Amino acid sequence: MVDFGIQIKDLKLKNPVTTASGTFGFGEEFTDFMDLNKLGGIFVKGLTLKHREGNPYPRMAETPSGMLNAVGLQNKGVDYFINTIYPNIKDFDTEIIPNVNGSTIEDYVEVTEKLNEIEGIHSIELNISCPNVKEGGMAFGVSCPSAIAVTEAVRKAYDKTLIVKLSPNVTDITEIAKGVESVGADAVSLVNTFLAMAIDANTRKPLLSTITGGLSGPAIKPIALRMVWQVFNAVQIPVIGMCGIMNATDAIEFILAGSTVIQIGTANFIDPQISVKIIEGIELYCKQQNVDAVSDLIGAMVTK
Amino acid sequence: MKRIQDFKFKEYKWLNYQNYILTLKTTDTIAEIKPGNFAELKIPNAPDVFLRRPLSVLDVDHDENTISFYVKIIGKGTEKLGKLRGGDKVNVIYPLGNSFSINGTNKALLVGGGSGIAPFILLGRELKQKGVEITFLIGARTKEDVLLTNEFKKLGDVLVTTEDGTMGQTGLVTHHSVFSEEFQFDKIYTCGPDPMMKAIAEIAVEKGVDCEASLENMMACGFGACLCCVVETHGGNKCVCTEGPVFNTKDLAW
Repeated sequence: MVDFGIQIKDLKLKNPVTTASGTFGFGEEFTDFMDLNKLGGIFVKGLTLKHREGNPYPRMAETPSGMLNAVGLQNKGVDYFINTIYPNIKDFDTEIIPNVNGSTIEDYVEVTEKLNEIEGIHSIELNISCPNVKEGGMAFGVSCPSAIAVTEAVRKAYDKTLIVKLSPNVTDITEIAKGVESVGADAVSLVNTFLAMAIDANTRKPLLSTITGGLSGPAIKPIALRMVWQVFNAVQIPVIGMCGIMNATDAIEFILAGSTVIQIGTANFIDPQISVKIIEGIELYCKQQNVDAVSDLIGAMVTK
Repeated sequence: MKRIQDFKFKEYKWLNYQNYILTLKTTDTIAEIKPGNFAELKIPNAPDVFLRRPLSVLDVDHDENTISFYVKIIGKGTEKLGKLRGGDKVNVIYPLGNSFSINGTNKALLVGGGSGIAPFILLGRELKQKGVEITFLIGARTKEDVLLTNEFKKLGDVLVTTEDGTMGQTGLVTHHSVFSEEFQFDKIYTCGPDPMMKAIAEIAVEKGVDCEASLENMMACGFGACLCCVVETHGGNKCVCTEGPVFNTKDLAW
């Protein structure tokens, strides 16, 4: 029997497989296809203080081995989540982890304070890396002083496990990771999407209404893997790795590079059962490799 | 309840160089499919096609356990889907989306352009079963692109417009004389390119009849997770995959 358990401060996961914010709705969208109780956790769709309509259509474009999105944090606001959505999903035997967004530090803090009151929620993911909003979002995550400022403010407002989601659109991601660690982040999750674009040569128009958007999928997996490994070596807090994980082998690579937990993202759109298949695949790998605890694999890349 | 299910390739019926009917078969049962529902197909043998492709269900046979799709080749996904071989497995997520509303309709006009005719077989069959009188109005560029008319004739009257005048009346569907004569219909259903559906929706307002349109927005998932396929409505952005694809045109802010 492989020990699959993971703990990051208050957050206890039955296994290291979670789903990435913005790719799994609030979990309810997947109940026809899979058993949510099998997941380590669900990072639910990004929340803001007030309702947001998101960006105009078109918001999506398929690219080689990936996709661009420019959804722009469409959501009904944190109060709607707490009052209407959370009661429907709170009884699943998995960790529900809200993803917190804001245009200002005050917004982030206010959303956080509301979530801090909810007993069943043991962790939040502070999103300072959304590339698709005009104000806030990634702007906080691409400079060290602003990443530190927002993390510090949210840390004061939140008692439980604070995860900070980092942007890859920076010169040195380890500097941001070290910065947020220094003001009390309990973990970092990386990476959010890469700022990117696509053009239709025939019409000469951009494929997204916002011109630029966020690239996800296996196209950028090797870059994400490199960033996870760099951050793992730069900080003491756990790293949650993601970007382009399409199967159990990809997930294991992220764990070997230093991920304590992994998030499945874009792959959920193509195979809504993929997260369960990845859990089974990691278990099989551990048995084949005689690994007793999945935590033994964290950062266990062999370099000699 | 939505299913994710493996099917085997059964056969193609090529309608012309660009359009085909793909039939898939399963040894399992097929879930109930309502007119307007669609499916998301994983394209086999196509590693360069990253996402699934959403397609309207053309027909379903619960005795034979077959499901068929009308496909127009518009890119690499629909091209690769046209090159399956015997034994190829196709993974399908279905039934997705809402369906056309039928109650209260007595005399229906179904206006389709291009691949927009796909949901009209199932819709026409259900309308006929409910005793609704049906007229199809099919628009195409030229005669060779007017497809499936024999199937539609089994269900109702068929009117045609072609842009080059090689079949039916000349011009766009909106130019058809059915709109200039005394209007006898109490419901319009439309599916096709957005400009066509918008024009039909305007005519519906003029004639004072209800109009439902089935939209074809690009989507990554098909079941409400990605929030990419939104259409602007008077009640805000709505997902075409879960709150559509069928919308009453009076609700759309287009």
